Amino acid sequence: MQAPVNHIIGLTSIVRERLLPVSGKVLVRPNQKVSPMDVVAETHWAREHVLLDVARLLRISPNAADRLVKCKVDDKLAASVEIAVGKGLFPRSVRTPREGRVVAVGGGQVLMEVGETKMELRAGIPGTIIEVIANRGAVIQTAGALIQGVWGNERIDSGLLVNIAEKADGVLTVGKLDISLRGSIILAGMVKDAETLQAAADLPVRGLILSSIFPSLLPKAREMRYPIMVTDGFGSLPMNSAAFKLLSTNAKRDVTVNAEMFDRYSGARPEVIIPLPISASPPAPREVETFAPGLQIRMRRPPFMGMIGSIVAVKPGLSALPSGLRAPAAEVKLENGETVIAPLVNLEVVG
Amino acid sequence: MSSSLVDGNSLLAIDVGAANTRAVFFDVIEGEYRFVASGSAPTTAEAPFKDVAEGARDAITNLQKVLGKNLLDASRGLITPSQPNGSGVDALVVTLSAGPVVKTVIVGLLKDVSLESARRLTESTYTRIVDTIGLNDPRKPNQQIDSILRLRPDLVVITGGTDGGASLSIQKLLEPIGLASFLLPEEKRPAVLFAGNEKMEAEVKTLVGELATSLHFSPNVRPSLETEDIDPAERELARMIINIRKRQIKGVDLLDLWSGGHMLPTGYATGRMVRFLAKVYGSKKGILSVDLGASAAVISAGFNGKSTLKVLPQFGLGENLAGLLNYTSLEEILRWSSLNISTGVLRDYLYQKSLHPSTIAATREDLALAQAVARQALYLAMQSARRDFPQNIASLKPNLTPLFEPILAGGGALSDASRPGLGLLLLLDSIQPVGVTTIIIDQNNLLPLLGAAASQNNILPVQVLESGAFLSVGTVVSPVVSASYGVPILKAKLSYENGAEARVDLKYGTLETLPLANGETGQLSIQCLRGADVGFGPGRSGTIPVSGGALGVVFDGRGRPLELPSDAVRRRELIKKWNWTLGGE
Repeated sequence: MQAPVNHIIGLTSIVRERLLPVSGKVLVRPNQKVSPMDVVAETHWAREHVLLDVARLLRISPNAADRLVKCKVDDKLAASVEIAVGKGLFPRSVRTPREGRVVAVGGGQVLMEVGETKMELRAGIPGTIIEVIANRGAVIQTAGALIQGVWGNERIDSGLLVNIAEKADGVLTVGKLDISLRGSIILAGMVKDAETLQAAADLPVRGLILSSIFPSLLPKAREMRYPIMVTDGFGSLPMNSAAFKLLSTNAKRDVTVNAEMFDRYSGARPEVIIPLPISASPPAPREVETFAPGLQIRMRRPPFMGMIGSIVAVKPGLSALPSGLRAPAAEVKLENGETVIAPLVNLEVVG
Repeated sequence: MSSSLVDGNSLLAIDVGAANTRAVFFDVIEGEYRFVASGSAPTTAEAPFKDVAEGARDAITNLQKVLGKNLLDASRGLITPSQPNGSGVDALVVTLSAGPVVKTVIVGLLKDVSLESARRLTESTYTRIVDTIGLNDPRKPNQQIDSILRLRPDLVVITGGTDGGASLSIQKLLEPIGLASFLLPEEKRPAVLFAGNEKMEAEVKTLVGELATSLHFSPNVRPSLETEDIDPAERELARMIINIRKRQIKGVDLLDLWSGGHMLPTGYATGRMVRFLAKVYGSKKGILSVDLGASAAVISAGFNGKSTLKVLPQFGLGENLAGLLNYTSLEEILRWSSLNISTGVLRDYLYQKSLHPSTIAATREDLALAQAVARQALYLAMQSARRDFPQNIASLKPNLTPLFEPILAGGGALSDASRPGLGLLLLLDSIQPVGVTTIIIDQNNLLPLLGAAASQNNILPVQVLESGAFLSVGTVVSPVVSASYGVPILKAKLSYENGAEARVDLKYGTLETLPLANGETGQLSIQCLRGADVGFGPGRSGTIPVSGGALGVVFDGRGRPLELPSDAVRRRELIKKWNWTLGGE
């Protein structure tokens, strides 16, 4: 049976595609080195539109209005510019309510986009551009440690990794955040209150790497301007030992937290990337695995949720579980030495 | 590929679910169609595969192992038609429920008329209504445009205007749709279904035709103010959903090709089967099918020529599970739990399960939590579906579940046949059937596949249904009565074919069973006390033939609507007791 894979790897090749949601301008070229905060592509985005019903305002037919409209598509107009004038002794006129660009004219109406904003697409990882995708973005490659999580607040930043979690099941509280952590990416445990998230913002920190977060804090976490990545899930879960070990041994290194939202269809996941010096390009991570003896796994559901183990044997047929359900299962040796039978669907390969 | 199945051709049916893909083989055995075997594999709609054909091939590969014959060739292509050496299959049908929920904007004139029809139509498939645009919308057209641009719907459903009626108002409503589509990048433009005033086809084509990814027309869902006819539009919408999935998920086009262009959304195929059953087995009572899976709760009911299909992704037990809290509270879910579980634990469970929808309960505690969530999800789905059941259908009381015979149940949460009592209690709690009904578990989740097959072969579904491929849990007697806990409300005597008898005295607030094995029949004499009504009339008694099942005849004396004790300790004790009565632990 094919297995879901969550990457927690000490050294690997990392290739990421960064694409604008709509067409725009690509600002990088092949072989260019980029840092995570570099803008690789940009586009302009109209936040609002204004529909001017010239025919109705001038009290004429749409065809007659079209003949009176002075502007055309792509015209950039300032506020209060006259775009149509009626006829008669005291003719009415139609003016632009705001500065904007004309996007459509016809049917006696003029549609303008206003409130244009620039959208910048950041590299998200430090690396080299290996491909430019015309008008959309680029493909970036780097090498280093990769730790993927399960939830992110859609922010990106880089900084020095500081470990203030003494153990994998530590709790981050306001009291643990002091001025020495300013500008750092903090490896912490779980967060249980909104005050702690706010205190981190006030310092400010450049990112939080958490084991778990209370679901009630998700709206607050989304508001934070620094990236928050959760490695294991919701509630009071300790960080899985593989992620905790890899992150804690890389403390004091520069890391990037790309706290993308987990999207099961595109494969986007929040992740921490720790660039490492290499002499030869390491292998890329395996995206597809088949459950087999020896594979390192993480338990995704009770009992032992979050615990790391290794598959001893994949059981033939269906196995009866303590819940009474029957499912394909594996014999798993957990890191605490215990051996359990776990349904395959509750496991994910770590590596 | 052969299109005729009536000469005894084999049929492979594939259901691509949100979590699992199943391949099911039907063939003619001793002159009749039979369910032969099934194989399953994880669905591969998600990364890293992003190709549902892979999961389908894996499921077929697993099916091959059971069948002992090849259905795929060396390059994993389907062998069709069946070959002289026994390999291959003659025909294939496919149903699909995998994929992200289809974001939909509905457009119509009046809130209680065309917009209501648009809502009902849209809820017949895997959609979520993200915006509603109508005559009474206080927003300006530019605000409607901005809303569509922000929401980026996959689908726009437009209704409104009786045939030959209003056209100017609809034109006005179409303008923001056309302009917003024009402003969206071509690959992000929505598909549009127009199911309104049929005289407006040309104008609709002019206003949105070139700006939608695809523009479809169906007969008007409201040809007159008094008439609603959703079925033809449902059919068109089902096909549109498959086309949207083709754009979203690789492999859908290949499976559709394999099926000769007959792929259907799973919910629609279920609805079609229920309509078919209502026609074939039609009685005064309705036929109900409930399916609780990862992608959605699907409630389909057929009543003497009328039908209702509700596909409710918001009540699915998969990736949308955390969103269940938008419709209910943690306390309402926990009222179903036999264990003392905190609201915090439940909240964490809902979010964690949303992350990993394919995981299953491995411990008793986890199962109790999963069952409580499933109960509330199905309860809410039933409440939602009931609002759209037709008027004047057979019922014992207006605000209760109508009379159904039988009730079919499938989907991951219900089809565990190893302990039918567990599934039965979940159904009794959430559906709260009344009167006398047979409960059938679709343990192999065949119903949608039979619905898909029915379009090509109307013999196969009937013969498979009657072949024992479904598990009868038994006959359930649920009196409608008001009484105090422990008060006798019904006496019953079951007369077996061999002349033996068994009796039960049912007290209010309890469950009782009488054994009657699968395949056996008996005569059940019911004496109603305290004005109890099982369908003979309040306080009236009667005798009816009953058929057996895994749990025989089950008497549910807990009253309708089911009211659980407010005292948590007593409630949990009662739930445990009810579980034990039906063979649970």
